[in-house]
Amino acid sequence: MTEINEVPSPFCGAGTDDLTIQVDGTSLKVIKNGCAINTPAFEQPLADTQPRVNGTITDLATAVAKAAAILQSAKQPLLGGCATDVNGMRALLALADKTGAVVDHMSFNNARSNILTLQDSGWMTTTLAEVKNRCDVLLVIGTDLESFTPRFFERYLWTDAAMFLENPVQRKIIYLGQAPSGNASSSPTGQDAQVFECTQDQLPEAVSVLRALIKGRPILAESAGGIPITDLEVIASQLKAAVYGVVTWCVTDLRFDHAELTVQTVCEIVKDINDQGSRCSGLPLVGKEGEQTANQVCGWTTGYPARVSFAKGFPEYDPFLFDSQTMINAGEVDAQVWVQAFNVNAKPLSVTVPTIVLGRSGMAFEQEPDVFIPVGTPGIDHAGHAFRMDNVVAIRLKKLRDAGLPSTAEVLTAIERAV
Amino acid sequence: MLIKLTGGTVYDPASGIDGKKQDIYIHEGRIVAKPNDDRPVDKEYNLSGKVVMSGAIDMHTHIGGGKGNIARTLLPEDHRQDPVPRSIITRSGTGYAMPSSYVTGYRYAEMGYTAAFEPAVLPINARHAHMEMADIPILDKGGYAMLGSDDFLLRMLTAKKDQKAVNDYVAWIINASKCIGIKVVNAGGISAFKFNQRKLDLDEKNTYYDVTPRQILQTLATAVKELGITHPLHVHGCNLGVPGNVDTTLDTIQGIGGLPMHLTHIQFHSYGTEGDFKFSSGAAQIAEAVNKHKNITIDVGQILFGQTVTASGDTMIQHANHKHAHPNKYVCMDIECDAGCGVVPFKYKDQNFVNALQWAIGLETFLLVDDPWRIFLTTDHPNGAPFTSYPHLIRLLMDRSFRNDMLATIHPEAQKMTTLGSINREYSLNEIAIMTRAGAAKIIGLKDRGGLGPGNWADITVYTENADRQKMFEKPDYVFKDGELVVVDGQVVHTKWGTTHIVKPDWDASVENELKGYFDRYLTMKLGNFKISDDEITEDGRGSLTVHPTKGVAL
Ligand SMILES: [Zn+2]
Repeated sequence: MTEINEVPSPFCGAGTDDLTIQVDGTSLKVIKNGCAINTPAFEQPLADTQPRVNGTITDLATAVAKAAAILQSAKQPLLGGCATDVNGMRALLALADKTGAVVDHMSFNNARSNILTLQDSGWMTTTLAEVKNRCDVLLVIGTDLESFTPRFFERYLWTDAAMFLENPVQRKIIYLGQAPSGNASSSPTGQDAQVFECTQDQLPEAVSVLRALIKGRPILAESAGGIPITDLEVIASQLKAAVYGVVTWCVTDLRFDHAELTVQTVCEIVKDINDQGSRCSGLPLVGKEGEQTANQVCGWTTGYPARVSFAKGFPEYDPFLFDSQTMINAGEVDAQVWVQAFNVNAKPLSVTVPTIVLGRSGMAFEQEPDVFIPVGTPGIDHAGHAFRMDNVVAIRLKKLRDAGLPSTAEVLTAIERAV
Repeated sequence: MLIKLTGGTVYDPASGIDGKKQDIYIHEGRIVAKPNDDRPVDKEYNLSGKVVMSGAIDMHTHIGGGKGNIARTLLPEDHRQDPVPRSIITRSGTGYAMPSSYVTGYRYAEMGYTAAFEPAVLPINARHAHMEMADIPILDKGGYAMLGSDDFLLRMLTAKKDQKAVNDYVAWIINASKCIGIKVVNAGGISAFKFNQRKLDLDEKNTYYDVTPRQILQTLATAVKELGITHPLHVHGCNLGVPGNVDTTLDTIQGIGGLPMHLTHIQFHSYGTEGDFKFSSGAAQIAEAVNKHKNITIDVGQILFGQTVTASGDTMIQHANHKHAHPNKYVCMDIECDAGCGVVPFKYKDQNFVNALQWAIGLETFLLVDDPWRIFLTTDHPNGAPFTSYPHLIRLLMDRSFRNDMLATIHPEAQKMTTLGSINREYSLNEIAIMTRAGAAKIIGLKDRGGLGPGNWADITVYTENADRQKMFEKPDYVFKDGELVVVDGQVVHTKWGTTHIVKPDWDASVENELKGYFDRYLTMKLGNFKISDDEITEDGRGSLTVHPTKGVAL
């Protein structure tokens, strides 16, 4: 039995790297700094380690040959999931390039709200260490921060020290939209967050009027999105008065049509404040299960984020047309590879076409795919790299055990060579 | 395998050879002397009538790291116009202003370049920069680690830590981030912007730290020198783009007191305030100062007309410039108590007075600086123009009548404000070879690159002599990388992976004690996880590290 310190996590998106993990053979136990997301993800027991073809256990070479044969005969393959590390994504893109596949990260419909905003008008953002050391006012838009990132407040706000704040416990936390599910946002000295509640479908209106107030436009209505204008004014004035205000949101929590327009309004609020002569930054929270990794690697390899078609022999990007679910529903795909090295519960949406799954060991299926190859989890079974949700920091994932599982990159490269 | 390149006209300034007919032999990736024995030549290339130079080296080009990927993601419309299909040999990708990584490697190689250096590696983003550069085929690469707005250094300076402590920190950073040089961007200004300062002059204090840009430059230039790092402190000065910044730049040159310093994209720092539009050329003053101060080297950062995207660590300036964004969108980021980045798309127009004069200022600088060993050909890709415009730029430098024809087409008021038309100088092939090869290798500190003498790695480019220098330089007949033929007639015929060039100056291990506490207390990553290990670059079997000597330190 060994203990490994300073283990970085590929699961929480925040790149938490202070975990201590006890390794006993192939079983792992988080003994320090776990959380509701990381602990179960690391401790998930090892299950099958052998590939299957049509439900029958076989060796890796046979499974790879079968996968290659499926892709070889496909007119329009899809490489979905895309939940892996940097090397896995590199291999996935090489395979897509060779087979003319569509590449689509499983969370792209969420990420799209941010990406459309970025591509239409841009944004001003910050990263976690800046939040930790500078943020004196945090405005949370429509997001339950603590369920998304359980240790967010502990690690980045209620810290013992901050370089530029005399008293980190005096930071102001403001929620607009849903109320927090727990009390992580209450300061260690017992100060609760200010909560201005409205429903999902009221959020676009509330955010729009908040922007108008920040721009100093006259508002005749008495409330917007169910929130009294006087309350929105309270938010506006605190944000404008902040030394370093931060506005955060998680697109997964913005479950209404055209959320990108609300994201854009939020980003314009941040820009407006900076143009008015104060500092303010956005903090878009994304990045679980390889989302940021997929977008980054696809970004430098193709010029576009991770929803790209290679069907014409070069990368084409369309955030709507290449939605894998839409393509499958329309019968536009005749084979798929699903890559999910992190989460046994994230399975292909449909197996109506010949399906190859590279999944985390223990993935169970209602309908057995044509080929299942259990792959190692980056950061557990092999070393690797992953991008943190704030988009700048890449973390070096460690190998913690040897369960004999191949990496995503090894399997995809073998398939690519066999095609 | 013994390869012989027969009868080419060789321009090899590293060996003092200026256009001499000479055979070159290649064995196991390196250039060798003519074998004494009668060993048979396995492959011979008849290069009579051809021009032979070593592979070109771009010493300042933004090819790796977060801001490049932001620039790509920001501009899908820019890539859509330039799809690059897959071939049997090459991967697919996209151009244009910020091409995808594979296309970057191919297009550089197809112009005869064999190495390129990313000048703005944020230490916290270095892992990303190296991963991205690992996906650039053919080229060798390397990076300069960015310091000067990182809170650790600013705290050290405020606490009046001694030079030795700073040196240890600088050496630690360059080791941890696997870089070959140190760069400063708007010294202290990226930090100042986080404190809401919107401008920062050379002697202006950060509102929080008791530090001025001048002090930062002096301390870091001293550190680089004392650590024996060959590449001088690489400086993106204060007040980029601001009319009147020529005074700041002259003051920066004076103020460094003879320490080696490289001033990058100096075109953007050579503006006066004369004339009807209060915008004028300071190129003559800058060139005079550079000619006089032998400790100074520069690259130009030439602008060329058309759409591009500017990507810089200088958030302060980029934020101020967002009102010029074309198309109208931009990104600014504050980053990890380390630095920042700003990405602003930009279209330089020949009928815009300011852009037209910027174009002329860059060319004046090239033509007025005497010593080609101390000036380098850059567009600050993609900030002044994409790197693919280098052959055009070379023609502007080598062909006076072409230059004057172009000059006649720009904004008329800008024509009046430049001396360009009266400058007769035309660069020679030897001077181009110095600027883009021998001089670049020397200033970066690359051992065994940038020259054609025996012992050098066989990075070789062969051109067909052509009076149209643009045509000549955009389509080499052959390019060899480490002795392997990678390009024929301007097309990639074979790909391979280049190495990553680094230096490893010594540091006192005790520096980690203080850093560890700082990381634990203020940052969001553990010190041990911050440092990039060798195997991160080499483990996939494609990458490799080449360590270059530091002065006075044996390898
Ligand atoms: Zn630059």
